[in-house]
Amino acid sequence: MSDKIIKGLNITKEFSGVPVVKNIDFWVKKNQFLTILGPSGCGKTTTLRMIAGFETPTTGRLFFEGKDITDLPPYMRPINTVFQKYALFPHMNIYENIAFGLRIKKISEKEISNKVAKMLALVNLEGFEKRAVNSLSGGQQQRIAIARALVNEPKVLLLDEPLGALDLKLRKEMQIELKNMQVELGITFVYVTHDQEEALTMSDKIIIMNQGEIQQIGSPIDIYNEPENAFVADFIGESNIFKGTMVRDYLVHFAGRDFVCVDKGFGDNTSIEVVIRPEDVRLVTISEGILEGVVKSVVFKGVHYEMLVTIADSDWMIHSTIMESIGKTVGIHITPDDIHIMHKEG
Amino acid sequence: MIKRLSSGPYLLWIAMFVLVPILMIFAFSLLGKSPEGGLVFSFSNFSRAFEPIYISVLVRSLKIALEATLICFLMGYPMAMILAKMNPKYRTTAVMLFVVPMWMNFLLRTYSWMTILGKNGVLNGLLSLLGLPQMTFLYSEGAVLLGMVYNFLPFMVLPIYTVLMKMDKSLIEAAEDLGGDKKTVFFKVIFPLSLPGILSGVSMVFMPAVSTFVISNLLYGGQYMLIGNLIEQQYLVVNDWNFGSAVAIILMLLILVTMAIMNRLGGSNAEQRGVNLW
Amino acid sequence: MVTKILNKFYTVLIFGFLYAPIAVLAVFSFNDSKSTAKWEGFTLDWYQSLFQNSYIMKSLYYTVLVAVIAAIAATIIGTFAAFGIFYMKGWKQRAILNVNSIPILNPDIVTGISLMTLFVALNIELGLLTMIIAHITFCIPYVVLSVLPKFKQMPAEMLEAALDLGATPWVAFKKVIYPEIKPGIITGALIAFTLSIDDFVISFFNTGNGVSNLSIAIYSMARRGIKPEINALSTLMFLTVLILMLILNKRTKIEEI
Repeated sequence: MSDKIIKGLNITKEFSGVPVVKNIDFWVKKNQFLTILGPSGCGKTTTLRMIAGFETPTTGRLFFEGKDITDLPPYMRPINTVFQKYALFPHMNIYENIAFGLRIKKISEKEISNKVAKMLALVNLEGFEKRAVNSLSGGQQQRIAIARALVNEPKVLLLDEPLGALDLKLRKEMQIELKNMQVELGITFVYVTHDQEEALTMSDKIIIMNQGEIQQIGSPIDIYNEPENAFVADFIGESNIFKGTMVRDYLVHFAGRDFVCVDKGFGDNTSIEVVIRPEDVRLVTISEGILEGVVKSVVFKGVHYEMLVTIADSDWMIHSTIMESIGKTVGIHITPDDIHIMHKEG
Repeated sequence: MIKRLSSGPYLLWIAMFVLVPILMIFAFSLLGKSPEGGLVFSFSNFSRAFEPIYISVLVRSLKIALEATLICFLMGYPMAMILAKMNPKYRTTAVMLFVVPMWMNFLLRTYSWMTILGKNGVLNGLLSLLGLPQMTFLYSEGAVLLGMVYNFLPFMVLPIYTVLMKMDKSLIEAAEDLGGDKKTVFFKVIFPLSLPGILSGVSMVFMPAVSTFVISNLLYGGQYMLIGNLIEQQYLVVNDWNFGSAVAIILMLLILVTMAIMNRLGGSNAEQRGVNLW
Repeated sequence: MVTKILNKFYTVLIFGFLYAPIAVLAVFSFNDSKSTAKWEGFTLDWYQSLFQNSYIMKSLYYTVLVAVIAAIAATIIGTFAAFGIFYMKGWKQRAILNVNSIPILNPDIVTGISLMTLFVALNIELGLLTMIIAHITFCIPYVVLSVLPKFKQMPAEMLEAALDLGATPWVAFKKVIYPEIKPGIITGALIAFTLSIDDFVISFFNTGNGVSNLSIAIYSMARRGIKPEINALSTLMFLTVLILMLILNKRTKIEEI
């Protein structure tokens, strides 16, 4: 209980009668890197803004270290935000931007100078004090936005898709930098993104949302390996989803035959859905394979080939470093571990 | 080739009806009466303009224009903020209603105060209903000031409103997020960023206020002299076009200096701002 | 909460300030007396005498006539000017644009007397012609500033593309450039028309021979004191402006949808 620094109970948010966040419960543990992940419009940014204080929940209560902060204005919360478009003050230079929050706390000028310098060193932009905001590149502005938030030593840092506007290489570098920062400073991070790869890279825990509801909460490995429903399976990584029947515990029927699997508890002869990750399917010779099919398409993705193989009326997506030509008949092999069972969606 | 022909008529027109007249004003201002009775090159008109009686006209014009600008600013800024924060449902109508008086004829707007402030006007009517003695509201500097504020207030509000509307809302959220309460956010973020709008508004009030003669004529009467009245008098009554030109040149210089100050304080492109207001 | 009430109160105050004089004029335009202090009964007499006042009616006629002519002339000259200016290079363009702003930035009274000086020096009699010329002069710069940005927003080299595809310059203008700049032309024409209708100072110094516009008529009448016909005129003008604004509002809403 005591290590849950933020808690949200029965949180609902409506805009003009339209619910955007539908009765969710969540918590953030201290020093955790939590990511709220989901497609556009799922409610993740609205949830973040409610934590920050820019939106008030329509119903539900929000708690910070046990205290009810639902009606507390943003400037009274020990939380700081890194905005998606940085929101740096254009009429102030870098020093003034970073010092803004410190000035309000009436900290001495000398101490402000120290803290600003330390922050600039942390984000690798020493010497940028006097620069004007619009003279900086997107990536640099992003780091100043982070510095401006962190210099106030907040207990929780909120980040609203901060890396969206950066190019791929820079984004990947910043992901690692941010993760390191979080660990070094020992601050709780709540991060919002629609990029599932980003979430998997950085997070200790992920909350996946869709259409205002929480779909699954778990660690990156859990969510990737054990998606709880088709949405999560489809959103995280690539997946093959097949309809099937759970014959009994540890035995499932799909693609025209029975397979041994490692899941149980679904009952006997229940309709279920099967998830198999493309990278778990191995291309083998026809004799070695437990299923066979015809290659329908091959796309070179750099890291691997992405192939569609038609097996028993379904197309299986396979990632392989071996290339097979279109039209060839191939064998595929999967182990019981690779077969993941999910409850069938309504 | 067509491109050059295209602007031909315009260039001719501007040369003929803008440049030449201004040059003529310059010429007139530099012609003084010689002892023999003819006209001769001289700075006498300008030196005359610096006599105490005329300096007091200049000072009076500056003073009342600044007062009007200040009052318009103090009244107008809060109004602009209220409009910018209004619920969008009502806002378009509110802005429209705010703009309608602007589109009324400027003379009618000034005249309307005569009906309120006059000897037989509404205010005196109210006073007599209450059994109080009649007062003279019209024909006073206060009336002129009131007329100026009434006429120019929308010109102060609209540019400020436009800038406030275009302001990046996330900057306000960032300031709040960093610990700024409403007062801090206003003085440290909103107000500085609204400066271009304020400067627009100030120019659009101060410049017409300092050069008007209609408002002073209708609401004060003959004896009250602003620069505009002086120029009108010299041209149409006294018929001393040389001195009148000199005063006009001084007025033009005054406007140029004001504009230079405004540009210095932030943002050029005054004319585009004026057009964008439409 | 308190702020909301204060805001509402302040808004009412300011709007009250803006509309009180207009309301007074409207109310007393129906007053059966010249006084604007006491209500003495309802009458439409002033509206009748307004329409029978030949001075005002003639001024109204001249006002609209001059506005229409000036707006059309200024729009034509200004649009073609914008076209030429857009293709000018560097310093020439800047210099022309600076000159263009002179009538905009100059106080009305300076523009007025400078034109009057020109007309008198050239021995041109002050009257309808000089008023029209004066109006065209102060309208053109606004047209230029309305149309020029539309040229700047045009995709680059549109004219060259049209010419390359075989269009003659006139066809290129008509089919390619004109549609792009049309909104600017319309705005410019409207601004010119409005400025002309409302002008006082420049007209005051540049007319004669019995030709006056509405503003001048109101000025001469107002100088002699309160005139109920002006109250009636003001009420009618207010209604016209209000209706125009409502139509404009509706049209923009429909376009936005």
